[in-house]
Amino acid sequence: MRRLGWAPYALLLPSLVFLALFFATPMFQAFALGLQDRDGNIGLSSVERMVTDSNFRNAVTTTLALVILVLPLQFFLAISMALIVNARLKGQGLWLYVFALPLGISELAAGIVWVSIFTQSGWLNTILEGLGMIDRPIIWQSAETPWLIILTIVIAEAWRATSIIMIILVAGLQSIPPEFLEAADVYGATTWQKVRRVILPMLRPSLQVALILRAILAFQVFATVVALGGTGVTVLSEEAVRWANDIDNDNVAAAYAGLILILSIGATALFLVLLPTREEQYG
Amino acid sequence: MPSQPITRRLLALVAVLALLVAACGDAGGTATTAPATGGTSPGPDGSPIEGASPAPPSGPITMLSSQFGPVEEQEKVRSDVLANFSGEVEFVAFAESAQFQDRLQAEAQAGSGDISVLGALHGDLAPLAADGHLSDLSDLAEELSGLGISEEYLELGKLGTDQQLYIPWAQATYIMVARNEALEHLPDGADINDLTWEQLTEWGANITEATGDRRLGFPAGEDGLLHRLFQGHTYPAFTGALNTTFGTPAAVEMWTWMKETWQYTNPQSTTYGFMQEPLQSGEVWVAWDHVARLINALEADPESFTAFPVPEGPEGRAFMPVLAGLSIPTWAPNPEGARELIRYLLQPEQQSATLASLAFFPVLTGELPGDLPPAVQAEQEAVAAQIGSDNALPALLPVGLGDQNGAYNQVFKDAFQQIVIENGDPATVLPTQATALQGVLDTAGAACWFPDPEGEGTCQVGQ
Repeated sequence: MRRLGWAPYALLLPSLVFLALFFATPMFQAFALGLQDRDGNIGLSSVERMVTDSNFRNAVTTTLALVILVLPLQFFLAISMALIVNARLKGQGLWLYVFALPLGISELAAGIVWVSIFTQSGWLNTILEGLGMIDRPIIWQSAETPWLIILTIVIAEAWRATSIIMIILVAGLQSIPPEFLEAADVYGATTWQKVRRVILPMLRPSLQVALILRAILAFQVFATVVALGGTGVTVLSEEAVRWANDIDNDNVAAAYAGLILILSIGATALFLVLLPTREEQYG
Repeated sequence: MPSQPITRRLLALVAVLALLVAACGDAGGTATTAPATGGTSPGPDGSPIEGASPAPPSGPITMLSSQFGPVEEQEKVRSDVLANFSGEVEFVAFAESAQFQDRLQAEAQAGSGDISVLGALHGDLAPLAADGHLSDLSDLAEELSGLGISEEYLELGKLGTDQQLYIPWAQATYIMVARNEALEHLPDGADINDLTWEQLTEWGANITEATGDRRLGFPAGEDGLLHRLFQGHTYPAFTGALNTTFGTPAAVEMWTWMKETWQYTNPQSTTYGFMQEPLQSGEVWVAWDHVARLINALEADPESFTAFPVPEGPEGRAFMPVLAGLSIPTWAPNPEGARELIRYLLQPEQQSATLASLAFFPVLTGELPGDLPPAVQAEQEAVAAQIGSDNALPALLPVGLGDQNGAYNQVFKDAFQQIVIENGDPATVLPTQATALQGVLDTAGAACWFPDPEGEGTCQVGQ
């Protein structure tokens, strides 16, 4: 093979410098901020403050609950949507646009729309009362029933963020060589067998990418919780914002951000181990 | 055909360029620049006209405010209050006190900055005054003395020194508003303008019994001001003070009262930041909140709502007056323009505009020009009844907390969360929160403020 010399590294250098200056350095500084106290002494006092805060447990359990509930739901929905889009049904172009619509809406705007649905005098209660299914409005966002609030957040997040996964999976589906599907047809496979034996395994690289991406974003869930949750539920990023803005303690806020980072790295490592991809799946 | 793709591409390019030009043109057109001249406007023969509006000050004036943070309110400031100012004002509002303090400390450290006028609460300006960052405005106060600014507020504006460190700007307070359909459920013999907190609970119970719904409402959401309910209203009303009686048996009684009242309160209150929305939608029938966060409901439908003063407790009718003042930092880039802006904002016309659109009440003692809209009139009557009642107990906003304001408020929010939402026992929660409160006061080095007995040294939390 011809020796490439220093040219490729020189071409990479500007990007590396940019990343180091604007991403890596602030990230390390932010992480370090979480390991200091207000006066700049290195130590675990800010982490301790974070862990002993009365809202910490609430934040951790709610964030984990959301990740565990939202991810499988979104994957099931996204794979179905991707298969529909890829099946080239009549009006196929329309399906793609309809499914991708939520991508164009900001997180907070989506949250506000869902508030108008779930609030006591909102759309959902009006429809349910009109259909006679309930005789008085259900208070979906009551702090006395936090699991109900979490349900509304799961629904809102599933609506809002499934499109991202779907788009990745559509791209993945379209890169499956048609020969495999034709061979499956030749051997008389049913649609379900095709999906299970050919499509899903071949989709593994895309699934891995999409899962990691979505998990990282799920640990950072913020605007939807702010819009729907009120003070009844809180998540890690909301606590980070509260400590930074309201309580004016950047160290504890950085500790929360560091915790989100560690959880995201852990989840990424987990998916890389659970979904190893083989050579032939790269097509 | 080769020409077709090119034409399409050209059209697309033209469309994008047109959009860009339209966007940029819009942005450039909004700011009005005034010619830079000094002194008074000359008459036709060159001599100054008496009483003519002063010539616009040189250069733009940046005003930083810790009030009117919500976007809606910022827009009202720009379009209703600042509209007739002859100079160019850039109005910036930070909703959080911490951001306000951070920005000013940064400029103070640098010794220079953009901001020429500060519009902030007494408690936000006090730490800046303590660090010597505010200019002496005694001459300006002298000049404006003819306007009838409240003497008590001017005195507060000295922040304990002999210099006039801020000119009072506007004041607000907290009242209650009820939907008229709730009025028939008032307890027997209760006068809506003279309720007690216990009667409020009874009222809520009556409504729940009659309708099956919980219809009281408190702003317990993320952006809600519930902590002010405890700091300025229920604590002083039940215990007579705040920090020094934080964990006393009277305080336990107050929290027990709150737990009972919560049973008749709409549980969705934990999502309410502004009570005007749930009042209008009917989710809440009786609400407590800041005057500026109730005004929209009264404006939309004055006939359906009744504004009334906050209830009283065993120690009096406690309420929290919110006083905002105007100040000039020592490093202001445009001090002349800043004084011009302060003069402008204190004029009766602007005080009236601030009241009409932002529901922040004037600091002038005289009559205001023009009729007040019915919504504002209703609030003004409730405020007057509150301030004028014989056992009125105006509890000051926390003073001297500096950047610990947020942490201080968080103690009350946490206490509410643990006692009321999570159904904790006040007797066990209060000692823990009292320790946290003392920690905050110690970090800030804050002395007690009224209604706590004023004294030397850091305020001590009582149990």
